[in-house]
Amino acid sequence: MSARDDILNALRARRGGTISAPTPDFSVVTERPWNAAEKLDRFQRMIESVHGEVHRVDEETWVDILADLLKTRGVRNLLAPLKHTIGTALRESDNPDLPELLSYDQSIEHWQPSLFNEVDAGITSTRGAIAETGSLILWPSADEPRLMSLVPPIHIAVLEADQIFATFQEALGLQHWSRGMPTNALLVSGPSKTADIEQTLAYGVHGPKELIVLVLEG
Amino acid sequence: MTEAATHLSDVRQFHPRAHAALDNPQIRANFRKAMDGLMDKRRNAFAEWDLETLRTLGANVRQQALANLPDLLEQLEKKLTTNGIQVHWARSGDEACEVIRDICVARNAKRVIKGKSMVSEEMELNHYLEEQGIEALESDLGEYIVQLAEETPSHIIMPAIHKNTGEISDLLHEKTGTDRSHDVNYLTASARQQLREKFMQADVGISGVNFAVAETGTLCLVENEGNGRMTTTVPPCHIAVTGIEKVVGTLDDAAALLALLTRSATGQHITTYFNMISRPRQPEEFDGPEAVHLVLVDNGRSSIYQDDQLLDTLRCIRCGACMNHCPVYTRIGGHAYGTTYPGPIGKILMPHLLGLDATRDLPSASSLCGACGEVCPVRIPIPDLLVRLRRESVDGDRVHESRVRGHGLKRSTWEALAWKGWQWLHVRPTLYRLGTAMGARLRRLQPTTAGAWTRYRTSPRLAPRTLHQQLRERQTGSTGAIPARQRGASQ
Repeated sequence: MSARDDILNALRARRGGTISAPTPDFSVVTERPWNAAEKLDRFQRMIESVHGEVHRVDEETWVDILADLLKTRGVRNLLAPLKHTIGTALRESDNPDLPELLSYDQSIEHWQPSLFNEVDAGITSTRGAIAETGSLILWPSADEPRLMSLVPPIHIAVLEADQIFATFQEALGLQHWSRGMPTNALLVSGPSKTADIEQTLAYGVHGPKELIVLVLEG
Repeated sequence: MTEAATHLSDVRQFHPRAHAALDNPQIRANFRKAMDGLMDKRRNAFAEWDLETLRTLGANVRQQALANLPDLLEQLEKKLTTNGIQVHWARSGDEACEVIRDICVARNAKRVIKGKSMVSEEMELNHYLEEQGIEALESDLGEYIVQLAEETPSHIIMPAIHKNTGEISDLLHEKTGTDRSHDVNYLTASARQQLREKFMQADVGISGVNFAVAETGTLCLVENEGNGRMTTTVPPCHIAVTGIEKVVGTLDDAAALLALLTRSATGQHITTYFNMISRPRQPEEFDGPEAVHLVLVDNGRSSIYQDDQLLDTLRCIRCGACMNHCPVYTRIGGHAYGTTYPGPIGKILMPHLLGLDATRDLPSASSLCGACGEVCPVRIPIPDLLVRLRRESVDGDRVHESRVRGHGLKRSTWEALAWKGWQWLHVRPTLYRLGTAMGARLRRLQPTTAGAWTRYRTSPRLAPRTLHQQLRERQTGSTGAIPARQRGASQ
């Protein structure tokens, strides 16, 4: 018999009979009375507590604010989506402080070494955020591939303020995740970190050393 | 085979290793400091929560998953297969190693990069792959350090917790040529550079799974470093390996367990990354592995599943809170146990994986203080399970049919006889009183030492008069009335 059948048969022929299990009551993880302002405040407080950097911006100013942030960091280039409005706004901007804009428009196999060694920063959209834990929701796509938010040392994420959910459960429900998951979905809460050397925190061990969140208000 | 035999004899050497650890001030200091910190962080992380209700939710979510385990596994397999992820089943760790080898051989893969996976430690996968001529490199910083040192993890969440910065600096200098430094940022940055090269060269990435969601066919990974995302995204093939008990029904279930897992483990509200994988790379996508496999490993779990009490062991979500709060673990560290999973969870899990004969000292290496059971996010009654395994060590099939491998190994004829005599005496009141009266009378003949017990304690002495005698005297008023306080206490 196959390993599969052996294992499933052993489980089905359980000697103890049926297992009783009380129905889980999820209210302890779902009931949060926060209004929009409280959700934004809480999101900001939580993600800042894990070394995330938050800037509240609006449609008019965000490109200039971003250009400043990147200039002070000496960023030479920025990987940006081609189709998303974030990418088109950046490409249309005439701000001279913006770094060179790069596109992720080919398979990783064709340009892996330069993505790993030459790209300074990547900017992506988000599908919202979670106030309770200070987490960004990312669904990477062909326009914003998985490594865009992982490999460059700086990750900039753009969040629309009205897309902040109280809890992960609320996001799962209101966005109907269970109807169809993407290839990869992510919760990102701060920059990459480790405490594996004597419990001392260090950032950027494998992923970005810095996470900058631009919250679009208005 | 020789390797397995060495490993087992290693597990049997618990006492010498525990003594060596107790005599090592550095191990004592490292673990004390780390565990104190972790206990504080956990307490703070749950400060604004109704923790007991949350633990009940965690326990019920896991219990419900176990109640439907075979159905959920089939649903998971079906959903994953539809999504394009290939599912494999393995009865034992060896079989799982072979499945992974076959996938590697079919792809002509020579270099494997690994994310953290305790099941792969349980299977001793790295060692197996090396024997097959396949390089297996750990990418979690702690695991990387432990692998360079040719050691095993001493904690399931923080593998290199037994080492301090100086030792790690020396190790990295010796093995990788990094400059000696006590600057943790520098050491981390060097490891990042070394491992990035390895990620780019790797043919296969192997990871564990924290929750496998049956409803959507999603593999969830919890991590801080990003090495898990790298492992599951950069190489052209990703193999996830997990125990069969890690399946849950819905995304909501996984979200509830996530809330408990990270807070219990490291006191984090959430880890940096919660990575949910449902598919290999699609035609229009530019990165991600073209092939994704899931290996479902039984390795003794279906046998634990048979027993109503032992079943609770399978609720575990591998947070490590039980070891962080364990007075024994804190004093002897993870290596003394000689097992993949150390600490309280190891003591109740490893006997099933290796047999009680190999793990004979583990169920007894506990003061039954109960801390592990109190902090467990899914309410595993660890102290009760330790007592159960102690009982299995001494009775086994003679009292009831036992399902634990190696049961009855500590049964001694003399001890069994002594308890039989004890039982016989206790159901015969007259003889019992006669016996205790004799004991009281002959108390001067009682030995003053009792082996190891009296090395650090005084030997208990029999009272000059038995309890029955004392009570009778008090009731007849020969030594006056019973003081009110004692009366209260006796009610």
